[in-house]
Amino acid sequence: MTTTEDRGSDRRAGELTAWELLRWTWRQLTSMRTALVLLLLLALGAIPGSVIPQSGVDALKTQNWQDAHPHLTPIYEKLGLFSVYHSPWFAAIYLLLMVSLVGCIVPRLFVYWRSFRKDPPPAPRNLTRLPDHAAYTTDEEPGVVLDRAARRLSRGHRVSTSSSGEEGEGWVAAERGQLREAGNLLFHLSVLIVLVGFGVGSLFGYKGGVILVVGNSFSNTLTQYDDFDPGSLFDADNMEPFCFHVNPPFKVEWIDSGPRQGMARGFEADITYRTSCRGDQSSWSAPEDYRLRVNHPLTIGGTQVFLIGHGYAPVITVRDAQGHKLYDGPTIFLPESSNFESFGVVKAQGRTPGQDIGLEGLFYPTFALINGDPVNVMGDDRNPTISMLAYVGDLGLSNGVPQSVYALDKAGLTRLKKPDGKMFRVDLQPGQTVQLPDGKGSVTFHGVEHWTRLQLSRTPDVWVTLLGVVLALIGLLGSLFIRPRRIWVRARRSDGRTLVEVAALDRSGGGDLTPVLSSVVDSLQAAGDGAPAPAEEVRRTEEGTRA
Amino acid sequence: MTNDLGISNVAWEHLSNQAIGAAGIVYFLALLAHLVEWSALRAMPVTAARTAVPASATAGAPPLADCSPATPPDGPDASTRFRVEMFGRLALMLTVIACAAHFVALVGRGMAADPNRVPWGNMYEFTISGSFVVVAGYLLLRKRFGLAWMGPIVTALVVVLLMVAVLWLYAPVEPLSEALNSYWLVIHVMSAIIATGAFTLGGITSALYLVRARAERRGVDAAGTYVARLPSLAVLDRVSYRIHAFAFPVWTFAVLISGPIWAHQAWSSYWNWDPKEVCAFITWVVYAAYLHARATAGWRGRNAAILALVGVATLWFNFIGINYFSTTSQHSYASGASAVSLRDR
Repeated sequence: MTTTEDRGSDRRAGELTAWELLRWTWRQLTSMRTALVLLLLLALGAIPGSVIPQSGVDALKTQNWQDAHPHLTPIYEKLGLFSVYHSPWFAAIYLLLMVSLVGCIVPRLFVYWRSFRKDPPPAPRNLTRLPDHAAYTTDEEPGVVLDRAARRLSRGHRVSTSSSGEEGEGWVAAERGQLREAGNLLFHLSVLIVLVGFGVGSLFGYKGGVILVVGNSFSNTLTQYDDFDPGSLFDADNMEPFCFHVNPPFKVEWIDSGPRQGMARGFEADITYRTSCRGDQSSWSAPEDYRLRVNHPLTIGGTQVFLIGHGYAPVITVRDAQGHKLYDGPTIFLPESSNFESFGVVKAQGRTPGQDIGLEGLFYPTFALINGDPVNVMGDDRNPTISMLAYVGDLGLSNGVPQSVYALDKAGLTRLKKPDGKMFRVDLQPGQTVQLPDGKGSVTFHGVEHWTRLQLSRTPDVWVTLLGVVLALIGLLGSLFIRPRRIWVRARRSDGRTLVEVAALDRSGGGDLTPVLSSVVDSLQAAGDGAPAPAEEVRRTEEGTRA
Repeated sequence: MTNDLGISNVAWEHLSNQAIGAAGIVYFLALLAHLVEWSALRAMPVTAARTAVPASATAGAPPLADCSPATPPDGPDASTRFRVEMFGRLALMLTVIACAAHFVALVGRGMAADPNRVPWGNMYEFTISGSFVVVAGYLLLRKRFGLAWMGPIVTALVVVLLMVAVLWLYAPVEPLSEALNSYWLVIHVMSAIIATGAFTLGGITSALYLVRARAERRGVDAAGTYVARLPSLAVLDRVSYRIHAFAFPVWTFAVLISGPIWAHQAWSSYWNWDPKEVCAFITWVVYAAYLHARATAGWRGRNAAILALVGVATLWFNFIGINYFSTTSQHSYASGASAVSLRDR
């Protein structure tokens, strides 16, 4: 487009004023074609997010991907490809689409409102020019035919009539299916409702997760979460003051036979919760019980608690050379496969620097040696065994850098070996203790506890979004299946008889009007004075539908 | 391990496997019959076949809906006429029989599981269910939309799909994993499968629209070929639109209503930007664009048909591709889904 700096009297042809440019831009933006292109851009823009790991969806996978692609990562980061749905360019697409949608819908609302109150448009002068028309002649008076047509068409149609000639010549116009456009408008407005609901939910809501060893309690404060993903406008002061306790025993139903032998079929956690745990214990609300299962979340106020997963927490004690307890308690191991062979680390900070003890290795719920190889037979803890490597040195816990509790930073650590230089492993079953080489200390494996992974989320006004999609679906159905249609009947004198012309127009552009036309003509003729017109007088052309 | 009917689960599974095999073979026979039918038609001029279409009872029958391979009433070649008619009916009958066997296979799959369940637990089951919807949709709409010309393509497609399912995707009957064990599985997956089958039918129609449009544009002398016997472009476009108009709301329900509701129950938030969700949304957007395109000048017809094909491509990529290429999807039921979906941050 040309710039509009020197507008004035000496304006050249083809130049636009700023106002005209603005109007032109607005027209372009709100045109159907632009909406179409923006829709396709939206689809195109969403593709990277389904192929490249997204940090907001799976941070660990994203990190692994970034480590594996050192050259691509900086470029991708600049383009925002690791969080596509929060990137400015993605926002630009959907904001433009929204503007386009509003700009398209609002004027159409007014047009629709006006047309809804108007009568059906008068019959065109020449009905035979319409692609779908039929005609016949009769001896009835035009007025009689038109009256009958109006009565016939008033079922399901809005009808308007006009008669001008002395002998009752005139026309009947009928229209139906105006709700199609209403459905269309409803659909597009509902898209806005959905976006508002989605926005409110993700701005003011939050999602968090916690791994809780069975037998422990949780109270709903920020510090208790392992991971927390708040919306931009989330306020921690508004968190609901509930708390709950996961009661032992944790129940898992194991599959004993078939192709999924050894996997868990179902699991459930017994929860005792109180909706308010504020103040001292006497002012807490009464406890209630709930059996938490997958697909059956617990709702406390506006927050929901979901059981997402479970696993094992071996109870391990680590002592140093002097017999001091450096570490004691259930340690969360993360399952690596569906039979719950799990990986975990123990970080025991030493009493003196450089004397930290680290353990890293596997937990086998049902351990077996097959041909000399350690194998986990199934997920149930029938023969629990830990098999870990031991390290001493500096765990890096005191240098202030946050680190994952599920990974060992081996930079300052050395692996312990047997005195003969062979690999040393901490292989223990419940109740056993092993002394570390070089008198570094000992490790005891007491037994196994369960942990549950719980997800807590609060999505305010989720019903707005739901209402939006349901309305959108209703509107969509209306806009797809209501067939707007206009039918005109014109009757006039011709050569001493009455010529009746009928025409129909399908405004959705997809319908086949031939049956409609013939039904109208048949009913007009059949209901006549008992003398239906001979068949050969009916002339029909259907070239519009026969391509 | 037996259920009320006294048939063991293993027997049900065998029955299902054999029924799928039988269905595949009968579909193949139907395809052969269609091929004979259409090759016999080559000997007959198109105009003769078309003008000879017996007038339908109502004047309102969709024009060209009766474009099924028909025969001149007293044409020069009575034996050709007989062959066309005979093999057309034979193919239809075989397709119906195969479809029934296909249905038995689905039922057997569900009955073989302990506890009984809907047969929508893994890729194999999704594929045989989806192809069943394609055939059932074709048979149901055959008369109404005059889809006889679609016969060879549908049977060929289903034979290929069943082969892929049996050779590569087969998995023994297993109980559902915990996350799938919900009545939303029935609602969500059923709507998704129905929409997938319908979109596939619509995609076939749109593809044939493009083939015919190309032949017409080039002015190829298509007399006697399959293309020449396709319905006119206007009819193909309309049939395609009607099928898509049915499938789109169903897909909307599957992806944007039942899916999020279930996700909210199982995973704690109704939209997770999971790759499968994103891809389903992309499919939705493409089909929304298709519906818009039909109403936009310059996009009608050819471009709309191309969009419909893009839609089918994203749909099937989502169905197969995401499971094998994406590592982060919680929908990854292709390989043995882990009992826990653990996501650390």
